[in-house]
Order: sequence, then structure tokens, then C-alpha cells
Amino acid sequence: MTDKFVVGPSPHVLGPKTVKSVMWEVVIALAPVSIAGILLFGLDALLVLVTATVTAMILEALVLHRNLKPASILGDGSAAVSGLILGLILPPSTPLWMVVIAAAVGILLGKHAFGGLGNNIFNPALVARAFVFMSWPVAMTTWHGPLSLSDWTTRVSVDVASSASPLGGAQHGLMEMFLGQTAGSIGETSALAILLGAIFLIVRGHIDWRAPLGYVGSAAVVAAIYSFLGGDFALTTIAWQLMAGGLLFAAVFMITDMVTSPVTKTGRLLFGIGCGLITMVIRLYLSAPEGVTYGILFMNAMVPLIDRYTVPKVFGEVKSR
Amino acid sequence: MSKSFSGGIHPAYNKAMTAEIPIADMPLPDKVRLPLSQHIGAPCKPLVAKGDTVAMGQKIADSDSFVSAPIHASVAGEVVLVDDQAIEIKTDKEKSRFSGAAQSYNNQGELRQIIREAGIVGLGGATFPTHVKVTPPEGVTIHTFMINGAECEPFLTTDHRVMLEQGQEMIAGSKLLMEACGAEKTIIGIEKNKPDAIEHMSKLIADEPAFAVTGVQVKYPQGWEKQLIKSLVGQEVPDKGLPLDLGIVMNNVATAVAVHRAVEYGEPLLNRVVTVSGSGINKPQNVRAPLGTSVADLVEFCGGLKPEAAKIIDGGPMMGRALSTLDTPITKGTSGILVFNRDEVHLFSEDPCIRCASCVDACPSRLLPNYLALYVKREMLDEAEEINLMSCIECGCCSYVCPSKIPLVHYFQRGKQEINARNRNQ
Ligand code: SF4
Ligand code: SF4
Repeated sequence: MTDKFVVGPSPHVLGPKTVKSVMWEVVIALAPVSIAGILLFGLDALLVLVTATVTAMILEALVLHRNLKPASILGDGSAAVSGLILGLILPPSTPLWMVVIAAAVGILLGKHAFGGLGNNIFNPALVARAFVFMSWPVAMTTWHGPLSLSDWTTRVSVDVASSASPLGGAQHGLMEMFLGQTAGSIGETSALAILLGAIFLIVRGHIDWRAPLGYVGSAAVVAAIYSFLGGDFALTTIAWQLMAGGLLFAAVFMITDMVTSPVTKTGRLLFGIGCGLITMVIRLYLSAPEGVTYGILFMNAMVPLIDRYTVPKVFGEVKSR
Repeated sequence: MSKSFSGGIHPAYNKAMTAEIPIADMPLPDKVRLPLSQHIGAPCKPLVAKGDTVAMGQKIADSDSFVSAPIHASVAGEVVLVDDQAIEIKTDKEKSRFSGAAQSYNNQGELRQIIREAGIVGLGGATFPTHVKVTPPEGVTIHTFMINGAECEPFLTTDHRVMLEQGQEMIAGSKLLMEACGAEKTIIGIEKNKPDAIEHMSKLIADEPAFAVTGVQVKYPQGWEKQLIKSLVGQEVPDKGLPLDLGIVMNNVATAVAVHRAVEYGEPLLNRVVTVSGSGINKPQNVRAPLGTSVADLVEFCGGLKPEAAKIIDGGPMMGRALSTLDTPITKGTSGILVFNRDEVHLFSEDPCIRCASCVDACPSRLLPNYLALYVKREMLDEAEEINLMSCIECGCCSYVCPSKIPLVHYFQRGKQEINARNRNQ
């Protein structure tokens, strides 16, 4: 027995969570939407998801490790999360070369130009989507509806134009929208699959209810006011607005992005409300379908400010201070 | 809803290893080393010289400061070393028998004096001199006395065992402390993972109208004074304030027992119960060890270390201190000696902060640990102070939950030291 013992700072026991475990659990939470997207939109969707995820992982491995060993590619899982989320918010008919460019923009410009994991101000997947949306607006707003199982392997190319999304004016029943049987981005159409992911994330303690609730709540309020002013107030209109486009997906998977949202509790709520308001104003008054992307990107930039103004009162702080 | 506070964590408690085993009395070691500073406040000055013969229980060091507590010889024997750090005594096992007599007092002041003379400090680990705690400043009235039986640190079971084995003495001591601080009632707070202690205490106080026992939620750091008060009465002790500000004084289980013994038998603080536990020790158990016993002797008494033993912790795993050597004495504040095997030694790695806010949600003081760490790292001390670095209680909840394994507490200790140093120099 030697008298040499390990010394180090307290605490001497640490919890089970690691960056890796957190990231891969987010990937698990994305499984229902990914599977739903692939079932609904066929091989196209599968190829887009795989391309986006793999490109992101390979680029991150090259940036961080300058090699492509399997361990480097798997990394801490954060590139897989960004890549997969990016794939899920693209239309299923997006050409694969465009997906590669989008993933590169997300990882290189959105993440590593800011200093890598934890330092990026903007959600990398949204940076990527904003970029491809501005560069190839037509491809980004060309959707096709769900495929029947027999067509599953059919490739739908962009120029074989397609059906309108709900936000583009397509009419759908609420049930169809809840299940995701509408035209839209791969992971954004099925409210059911999104909710499954949300439940998993909440149960595992990876997301807090404040940002999503602030987001969906404020969007619902704007939708209610808008429909009331328009004279066609109905609860179904509000539900329709919430399920259309990428709003629900964003509520669960994007405004909860840890790196790019506030850390304070009040801040998370304000952040969600801000994102919701901007999203809906862009959507309803500017008639642009990209409200989700720009609403969140704008609020991402506000995060340091929000954190600064929502520092909580410390335990026992006297009220008059 | 269980009575509780916000934030906090649920680490693995690992108390079963020692909770059921009665406290073992350790035979006197051949030598004791008694540090001159075993408490918060002014260090003591030696009253003996090398070569002196001392009796067991004899006062061997004291201080003129109010905030201090004298040190007594925990064994009889010959003083073999006196320096500015500690006094060492070679034990004379024949003569090591304590004899004292019940102390009487006529007023609060005399009672407090008995407590002071017995060298009693907070035995939960805080080591704040007890006579100071029960002396409210002019104009402050204390209405409630509380006993902290939460014992929220994983592994530790000393208070649990003491409540079960010396409950009667604890109640007697609580009455004395209640009298010393002028309180009218006593609330005993115990975490609900000790149902036997809650039941036992409830029985003991059945005929004591001034006493109440309250079970509180099992959550770390429930035993932190301010958090436990919040759980028990729903009020927050002011930031940078004291429980006194709410008319409350709180003491630990073992402290109350020590006060009882000081009055009843005239016995100063000579020993304390230490939980010796962890995977790297052969016989985990609670041990009543003379103050000044070396960790080596204590470990020996508990069957020695296992070959894989790699880390020794003085205190609990959340707030304790890693020891580099077994040649360290048990002091008034030593609540546990834990031995971890190599495979349980976590290393902080410091991946980048992913802003997951786990630390924010876990912080019982409602701080923003991620920003605090960032500011300390960048030497932005003003900014760190601005967002209340000094209110951090170093409980370790933030480090525990951090997925990036950032040694947050380490940064906060460093930052606080730097701020204190800077303030001294101004
Ligand atoms: S728990 Fe760690 S990674 Fe998460 S915000 Fe706090 S410091 Fe950053
Ligand atoms: S160590 Fe300090 S910052 Fe961390 S949780 Fe405890 S009080 Fe909060």
C-alpha cells in the first residue's frame, strides 16, 4: 500500500450524463420523426436524411480530428444531431448535392466558424436552411405529398413539380395533419411523431417545458387574434396554424437547442414567446412561409441579452434590492 | 409534495453500507495530533509545552477571540510536539480515563460559557463555534431552535446512527441549546430516507410539547442550513444573512449530544463519530474516534484499505476534501472518511460547455454556474461578483450534473479566493 492517493476538487462523485449521452439521446428522440418522414415520403426522405447526417459527421471529424477514423466520425454526437435535424427540415425532393452544401454550411459556417460546440450563436441547422432557402428558393418550397407504399421507391425530382403544402394553401383535415399526411419537410409534418420525441426528451430531462410552451402558446395567441380580426375565429384554425409548417418541430427540436437558447428559466420562456411572435408575424403578415427559420435565428442573436436581463434572484435575496 | 427547496440533485446515496451497523468505539491510538484550528474563527494558542504531561480532557489550547473554541487533550499522556499548527500527545493508555462532574449554571450566559469551555463546534462539518451560534446579537430574539438531522451527503450515516443510539441525549442537549439561545420550540428535520430515525425521534418527543419532528424530501443538499430551514418553515434566510435574521438557530445532531455531555458530565469534546465507508475499505462502519486519531489508525481499525483503494475523502463525496496522505488527523469537523477504488475515481475532463442549463436548474442558490465559470476563467471577477459568485455554497450540484464534466466548484473556489484577496488588498 502506497501513500499516494488521487487528489482533486470536489465533488468526488459525478452524475451519469455526458455530452455524448445527451447528444445520442437527442438522436433517439429524433427517431420517431425520422421514421415517420421516411414512411411518408419514401426513399427520397431516407436519402436526404442520410446524406445530411453523414456529411455533417464527416465534416466535423475533418475539422476536429483531421482524420476519418470511426471514433472521430461518431464524435460526441453533436454533428449527428445537427445533420439529422437539418435533413428533417428540408423538403424530401431536395437534390442531394444541395443537401451536401447545406450540411457544409451548417457545420462549417454555422458551428465551427464560431468556435465549435457550445460557442455557436445560431442554430447550425437553421443557418443551413436559411442559406439554401435564399440560394435555391424554388427547390426549398417545392414539396410533394405523402407517397403510397407502392410508390415508396419512386424518386420525385424537383422539376416534376408537386403539391402545395398546407401553408401554401393546401386543404387538409386536422387528423391528416396530426398524422403528417400532408406535403412538407421530411420531419415537420407529423405532429404525432414530434410529440413522441417531445415526451422522450422531457422524461429524460433534456428539455424544459418553458421554451416550447412559450413558443406554441404565443403562436396560438397570435393565430387567435388574427383569425378573430379576420372574422373567422375558430379553434380549428388555431390548431391548423400550429400544425402547419415547421412550427411544432421547431418547438420541440430547435428552440430547445441547448447551445443557442437561454440558460435562465425566465429567459427560456421569453425566448419561446419571442420566437413564436416573430414566426407568426412573418407567416401571417408577410405571407412568407419561412417564419420559423427567421424567427428563431433572430431570437438566437438575442440570447446573450436575454440571459443578462433574466439573472435569477439568488436564494434569500432581499426583495428591495 | 414533500417539504423542500428548489434545485438540488439525487445522487446515489450509498448509505446502506453503514446505516444498520452500531457505532464502534475505537481503542485509543498510540498518538494523537490535534490541530490548533479545528473550527471557523481564530486559531487557538497552545497552553502546554513539549514534555508536559496532560490529563485526558485537559484544555491544551485556547484563544481570546469570541469566535473560537478551545482544544482539549483527547487522551492522557506526554506532549511530544507543539508547533504553530498542532499539538501531538503520546498516549498513556493507563491514565487515559476521563473524570469530570456535572456542571451547574444560573443563567444563559453561564450555560453558553460551559458550551464554550467544552470546545463544542458544529459537528456536521461546518465547525462554527456553538457558543457563538447560540448568542444572538443585541435586539435579536430567537423563537425556534432546529436540529439538523438531514444528513444529505451520500455515504454518511453518523447523524443517523447517533439519533438511533443517543436520541435521548440529543433531546436533552436540544433542551439546553434551546435554553441557551432563548428559543421556545425545537423542530427536528430528518430526511425521509431515515424512517427509523424519524419514528424513534417521534417516540422520544411524544411527551415534549415544545418539540416537533418533520420529515423532509430526500434531496441533496437538504442538510445545508439555509435549505433545510426553507424546507421546514418555508422561509428563505437572507442572502449573506444568518438564520438569526429569521429568529432561528440550527445545530447538528451530534452537537446537541456534545452539549448534553458537557453539562451532564463536564465532558469536553474528546471524540466524534466518523463514517468510514466506500468500496475501498474492508469493514465500513461508524466509528467513535478520539479527536486527533490519524486516518491511518482509523482505517486500520476498519480492516484496512483494499488494494484498489485510490482516493481518500475527508467528509462526504460532494463537499469533502481529497486527502493526499493517511497521515491526517480526525478533527472536530471530520464527518466521514471515504475510500474510493480506482474505477470510481472520476476525472474532470472539461469538454466545452454546451449551455445545457443542467447546472442552472440544479443550483440550490439559484446561480448561473456556466456564466460564473466562464467569468472566473477569463478573470472577469467583477462580472462574477455581479452575478453573485460569493453566494455560491460550493455544494457541487452543478459539477455533479454537468455533462461536460467541467470542475465548476473548483473555479468558484478559485474565484472566491481571488475576490477575497483583492478585497483585502484594497
Ligand atoms: S451543466 Fe455544464 S455544460 Fe451544462 S450549462 Fe452548465 S456548465 Fe455548461
Ligand atoms: S456549487 Fe455553487 S454554483 Fe454550484 S450548485 Fe452549488 S451553490 Fe450553485
